[in-house]
Amino acid sequence: MSAAAASGAALALAERLRPLLGPDAVLTDRAQLRTYECDGLAQFRVTPALVVFPRTAAQCQAVVRACIDAGVPYVARGSGTGLSGGALPRSDGVLIVTAQMRTIHQIDVANQRAVVDPGVINLQVTRDATPHGYYYAPDPSSQQICSIGGNVAENSGGAHCLKYGFTVNHVTGCEVVTPDGEIVQMGGKAVDSPGYDLLGAFVGSEGTLGITTRVTVRLLRAPEAVQTLLAAFHSTDDAGTAVSAIIGAGVLPAAVEMMDALAIEAAEAAVACGYPEGAGAVLIVELDGPAAEVDHTFAAVQKHCRDHGAFEIRVAADPVQRALFWKGRKSAFAAVGRISPDYIVQDGVIPRTALPEVLRRIAALSGERGVRVANVFHAGDGNLHPLVLFDDAIEGQGEQAEEVSGAILDLCIEYGGSITGEHGVGSDKAKYMPRMFTEVDLDTMQMLRCAFDPAGLCNPGKIFPTPRLCGEVPGRHKEAHPLVQAGVADVF
Amino acid sequence: MSSDIALIDGVQAAAVARPGSQDAVAEVLRTAARDKLTVVPCGAGTKLDWGCPPRSADILLDVSALDAVVEHVAGDLVVRVQPGVRLSSLAVELARANQRLAIDGVVPGSTVGGIVSTALSGPSRLLYGTVRDLLIGITVVRADGAVTHSGGKVVKNVAGYDLGKLYTGAYGSLGVITEAIFRLHPVPEAAAWVVADLPDERAVGTAVAAVLDSQVMASALEICRPAPAGPITVAVLLEGVAPGVKARSAAVSALLGSGAATGDEAPSWWSVLPGPIILKLTAEIALVPPLLRGLREAAAVTRLAVDVRGSAGVGVLFAGLAADADPEATGRFVLAARAHCRDAGGFAVLLRAPAAVRARVDAWGPVAGLSLMRRLKDEFDPDHRMAPGRFVGGL
Repeated sequence: MSAAAASGAALALAERLRPLLGPDAVLTDRAQLRTYECDGLAQFRVTPALVVFPRTAAQCQAVVRACIDAGVPYVARGSGTGLSGGALPRSDGVLIVTAQMRTIHQIDVANQRAVVDPGVINLQVTRDATPHGYYYAPDPSSQQICSIGGNVAENSGGAHCLKYGFTVNHVTGCEVVTPDGEIVQMGGKAVDSPGYDLLGAFVGSEGTLGITTRVTVRLLRAPEAVQTLLAAFHSTDDAGTAVSAIIGAGVLPAAVEMMDALAIEAAEAAVACGYPEGAGAVLIVELDGPAAEVDHTFAAVQKHCRDHGAFEIRVAADPVQRALFWKGRKSAFAAVGRISPDYIVQDGVIPRTALPEVLRRIAALSGERGVRVANVFHAGDGNLHPLVLFDDAIEGQGEQAEEVSGAILDLCIEYGGSITGEHGVGSDKAKYMPRMFTEVDLDTMQMLRCAFDPAGLCNPGKIFPTPRLCGEVPGRHKEAHPLVQAGVADVF
Repeated sequence: MSSDIALIDGVQAAAVARPGSQDAVAEVLRTAARDKLTVVPCGAGTKLDWGCPPRSADILLDVSALDAVVEHVAGDLVVRVQPGVRLSSLAVELARANQRLAIDGVVPGSTVGGIVSTALSGPSRLLYGTVRDLLIGITVVRADGAVTHSGGKVVKNVAGYDLGKLYTGAYGSLGVITEAIFRLHPVPEAAAWVVADLPDERAVGTAVAAVLDSQVMASALEICRPAPAGPITVAVLLEGVAPGVKARSAAVSALLGSGAATGDEAPSWWSVLPGPIILKLTAEIALVPPLLRGLREAAAVTRLAVDVRGSAGVGVLFAGLAADADPEATGRFVLAARAHCRDAGGFAVLLRAPAAVRARVDAWGPVAGLSLMRRLKDEFDPDHRMAPGRFVGGL
C-alpha cells in the first residue's frame, strides 16, 4: 500500500470509529499522533496513522474488526514503558491505547484474585489490595507507571521474580480480543481450564496474539516478615561468590540484586542513596516469609556475605531504610543519564553460575572497545542489565555502543542463556532471535501466531525477523502469497 | 513390550516403536508423516487410558528408552532430562545434591514426559506452582518430524513464544516431547503435616480460608473425604528450617482447632489420586465448600460411593469412583458434578473411565476457546495424526 493510500485508509477508519468511540477517543492530528511515536525504547520511532482509546472490551473489539475489514495493521499499547519497542506503531496502522481502561473491578480476597482492566497501573493493584493484607507480586522497576495489560503482553518480571515468578505465574485469566475480532475468555478465577493452555501462550506474546481487555491476577498474602540487607564488596567477583554461597545453602531469597562500581556512582549522583564508599559491588538481599523462617535464614545470609568478603553490611531497620536501599537500585537505569549523555539498557540472561566469568568478559570487552559498561542485575537468576554508555554527539560512538551491546548478547547465548529475561524481543531484538533459535524453532513458534492471526495484522513485525506466511508449507514456494501482494507482509 | 501395553484404552496399536534417541524419534515421525500414519506417544503408559481413547493408533511411539538425566547443574538449580525418566528416579538423583523437582508423583511410575503431557500436578502446587510453571525449556519433535525447541536453560527468559505452555497438558496431540528442562528447588531442612478431621463443608471452608489468610506460607493444603457424606480431613504441609516449621505448625494447629495433630509423616492418602474412575474438578477457592456439598448431594442421588480429595487451597479436587460403579449412574454423577463446578467457576473433566461411562458423557465437557484450539491443532498437526481424538473437542 502506498503512503497516501495507507493514510487514506486510516482516515476512513477514523470516520468509522469516531461515532463508536467518541470524538475525543480518536486522534488524527499529526502533532498529537507524534506523542505516540515510540514506547520506552526511544531509538525506534514511527508515527502511527491513527491513535484510538477504547474504554470497553466492546469498543476494543469494534476497533479490531474495523482494522480487519480495512486490512489495516494495529498495535496495542498500555503505558508505553516497554523497553524493546514492542508497542512501536506502524505508520500505516492504528495504535490502540488501553490506558483509558483503568478500572479495578474487584479485589476478591476470598479467592485471592483481583480483576482489573488492562490500563490499570501495576502498583495500583497492590495499593488496593494492601488494606486487606494482600499484594500483587510482579514488580517491574517501572511499576509506578506500567500497566497490567503491558505486563501481560511482555510477561514482565521484576526484582522479586526470583522467588515469586513472572507475570505468567500470576495471571489466571484474560479476556482477549483475538485477531479474528472475537472476544475469548482464557482461564478465570479458577485454575486449570481444560484444553490447550492458551492463556500460558498468550501471556508474554508481546501483543502479537490479541489484546487483553480484562485480566484476573493472583493476589498473595503479604509476608509476615521482610528483612533486607545491603552488603558492600570490593569486587563483583566477591559479591558473585557470596550469591553462589547463599543459593548453594538452599536459601531462596525474595530478591538478590547486584550493582557494580559504575552503576553505584550513577545512582549516587542521581538519588544520593548513600551506599558504602569504595564499594566495587553492592548486593541487596531481601528475604520474606514467616518471621520464624526469615529470622533464622537472615542470620545465615549475613554470614555468607561476610565469609565472602563483604566489608560492610547494613540491615534495613524499617521500611523507610529498605526503600532507600531499593531507591538506588530501582533508579539505576535513569541514573546512568547523570554520568553519560546516552546509554543502551541491555537485558540478557546467563546461568547464574557463569556470572563471574561473564562479568570479566564484559569488562574485557568494555576495555578493548573503549566503551563504558555499568552493570546492574538480578544476580539471583542471572538476569543482566548492562548499561552501555556513549555520547551520540561524538561520531561513531552510537554504533560502537550498539556493537558492544550486541556482543554482550552473544556472550549470553554462548553461556547457554537468553537474549532477553524480561524486556522482550519486540522490534529491538528480532534480529538476534536466529542466534538463539533455529529456523525450524522460529517457524514452529509462528505456527502459534498463524493459528491466532493468519492475516498478520496484529502487531506485525515484532519478535520474528522473518514473518511466516500462514498457510505456507515450509520449504515449498508457491506464487506470491496474498499478504505479500497486499503489501502487508514481505518475504526476506 | 507386552501386547497389552500396545492396547491403548481398547484400541490396538498396529505397531510399536521404541526409539533409543531423539534422531530415531524424528525418523519414526518422518516415516509416519510420509505414510500418513497415526501416532500415539507414550512413556511408561500409566495414563494412556486418560482423556479419550485415540481414534486410531498405527504406531504406539514409546519413548521410555529415552531415560537419561542429561544435565543437572546444581548451582543453577536446573535439570535437563529425557521424557522417559521416571519422576521417582529423578527425585533420587536430585536428592544427592539436596535438590528436588517440586512436582509430586501422584501416579506411581509416571515419567517426566507423561507428567508434562497430562499437566499432572500434586499437593505442592500451592507453593511451587504447576508443571507449566516449573518447565523452563522443551524439545519437541513435530508431527512432520522436525526437531524444535522453545524456552531454554535459564529460568528467566522471555525470548520467543513459550510453546512449553502449549505442550503441557496437550496429551501428545501437538508432537512428541524428547527433552524437558525444569527449574529445581532446594530440599527443605524440615517438614511437618498438621492434620484435622472436620465435620462438614462449612468447617472446611472456614479452615481453608483461615490457613490461606494467615502468614504461615503452607506448601500444600489438601482435603480428603473418602465417604461422600463423611467427615473431611484437612492436612497442611509446612516446609522450611526446623525452628520455623515448629512455630508455623503450632500456628496452623491453632487455626484447625483442638482436634489437630502434627506429625512428620504425610497422611496415607496424601499425593495419591482416588479412583480407578477419576474425575477432576476445579472451582474458585472460596467456592470449594459449595462444590463439596454439591458432590455429596450428587453422590446421594446416584447412590454412588465417591472418594473426594485434592488441593482445596488452589481449588482443584479429584473424585474417585469404583471400577464397577454403575455406568449410567456414573454418567449422571459426572453431569451433576459438572454443573456444580460450573456454578463454582470451574470445570469437570473425566480423566479416566470405562468406555461404558464415556459413551454417556463427554469426557472433557465444555471448553472455552475451542475454535482457537482447533486452529492450533491444524497448524501443528494438519493431518490430525498425533494422538487423534484423545484431547478436547475430538482433537
